[in-house]
Amino acid sequence: MSGDNEETQTTENTPADEKAQDKVISPEKSEEAKLKARYPNLGNKPGGSDLLRKRLQKGQKYFDSGDYNMAKAKIKNKQLPTAAPEKTEITGDHIPTPQDLPQRKPSLVASKLAG
Amino acid sequence: MAGPGGDMQWCFSQVKGAIDDDVAEADIISTVEFNHTGELLATGDKGGRVVIFQQEIENKNLPQFRSEYNVYSTFQSHEPEFDYLKSLEIEEKINKIRWLPQKNAAQFLLSTNDKTIKLWKISERDKRPEGYNLKEEDGRYKDPNTITSLRVPVLIPMDLMVEASPRRVFANAHTYHINSISVNSDDETYLSADDLRINLWHLEITDRSFNIVDIKPANMEELTEVITAAEFHPHQCNTFVYSSSKGTLRLCDMRASALCDKHSKLFEEPEDPSNRSFFSEIISSISDVKFSHNGRYMMTRDYLSVKIWDLNMENRPVETYQVHEYLRSKLCSLYENDCIFDKFECCWNGNDSVVMTGSYNNFFRMFDRGQRRDVTLEASRENSKPMQVLKPRKVCAGGKRKKDEISVDSLDFNKKILHTAWHPQDNIIAVATTNNLYIFQDKVN
Repeated sequence: MSGDNEETQTTENTPADEKAQDKVISPEKSEEAKLKARYPNLGNKPGGSDLLRKRLQKGQKYFDSGDYNMAKAKIKNKQLPTAAPEKTEITGDHIPTPQDLPQRKPSLVASKLAG
Repeated sequence: MAGPGGDMQWCFSQVKGAIDDDVAEADIISTVEFNHTGELLATGDKGGRVVIFQQEIENKNLPQFRSEYNVYSTFQSHEPEFDYLKSLEIEEKINKIRWLPQKNAAQFLLSTNDKTIKLWKISERDKRPEGYNLKEEDGRYKDPNTITSLRVPVLIPMDLMVEASPRRVFANAHTYHINSISVNSDDETYLSADDLRINLWHLEITDRSFNIVDIKPANMEELTEVITAAEFHPHQCNTFVYSSSKGTLRLCDMRASALCDKHSKLFEEPEDPSNRSFFSEIISSISDVKFSHNGRYMMTRDYLSVKIWDLNMENRPVETYQVHEYLRSKLCSLYENDCIFDKFECCWNGNDSVVMTGSYNNFFRMFDRGQRRDVTLEASRENSKPMQVLKPRKVCAGGKRKKDEISVDSLDFNKKILHTAWHPQDNIIAVATTNNLYIFQDKVN
């Protein structure tokens, strides 16, 4: 069912042989050894729940909504370089009005798939 | 499959998207889905946009017809939001699109990001009214004193306009990130699944949903697995399946109880404890589960393989296909660059005889269950001349590399094909690379 050159070799071993030949037989185990060598503290805590918890809280945490809005504005400035000169006039000189503040919503650019 | 004596010869048909290498994050395709007839093909991207293509068939009566998918509609489905309570961004990325079966002239689809599901109506308008009594043609209101007679406005033809409007917004029901939505065969309900819970909705009701699966432990320290995908059975409206990060599948029957925490069937392949490694659980995590069209089988995708399960056999899969076994000896670096967490999807062809899934280097794999053959093909701009037949690719795991083979170390792990879709009836497939959508067609079709 699978391509010939992609199957791993599996062999029968007596328990005595297994430990000595582990690294040869199981590529997975040798990869694990490599990883443990680079990160000796890995897996000391229950690795499963660390990974899971990281997964549950995916996404960058911001200090507050102001922090988030400024980060978004920075990205928007990068993507629309023509708008930048306008924005540099605002900072620091006067109290901004709502019109001066960068919008949180991204500009509605059409998808390139539809182009 | 492709090649001499093979049944299918895949040819390039179309490619959508920008050619430039500098990919904006918003353009990353995050989901691809054909509708139930295959006439429409929807894509969602990281920027929260949906693009729908419509099939236009030339020379339908000839045995070798070429079909083309052209843009039908595009709209902004989701926008980024900020979760004030958790100080986290809610991405606008479209995680899944699912079409509703067509009941009238309009088309409906569900699209979801991490937190909110929306029902979109896509309708055509090809006539417009003309001859209002109170308005001029440009919309300005007439002075009522100038009106001396009444007329009936008439509908005149106009250029086709396709409008998308949000009909329902199903919000605030998920604490965790939605990974799946699935429309029920009853045409009335659908489920949405996040990491720990599955909710059942009625398509007409947005202010409430029923929780049908809850695997959140009382103490989060005890969390050992999360829900990775869920789907309703194609014909049995009481049955659904959900997969977990531990590689298990749970089939649930909603007739058994209101809360389906107790599964009706648990599908799990026993693991050889001597082979267990740090990576075992990570690579056994199921990234996608799909029922076959006939409802007798389920297919799961984990990091290295595709497995076919018979609904009547819980203790092991009936078929296992290696997608890219050569990666087993690269798991250390794949863990370091996070590729080991990539979520590949899989799909069935119309008659459940062939399954397809993506891989790296813009390769994708097809497994012919009956013929017991498999092939590796590539979606690339180099092979995109009209009707150009795709040449099978081969990866050299080690040792001497033959001509035309590519070595494992040369694979580009940034070019991943996570999303693929197969036309429900014909041999037409849609394959999404990072920011391009390729459409391939079987030469004979």
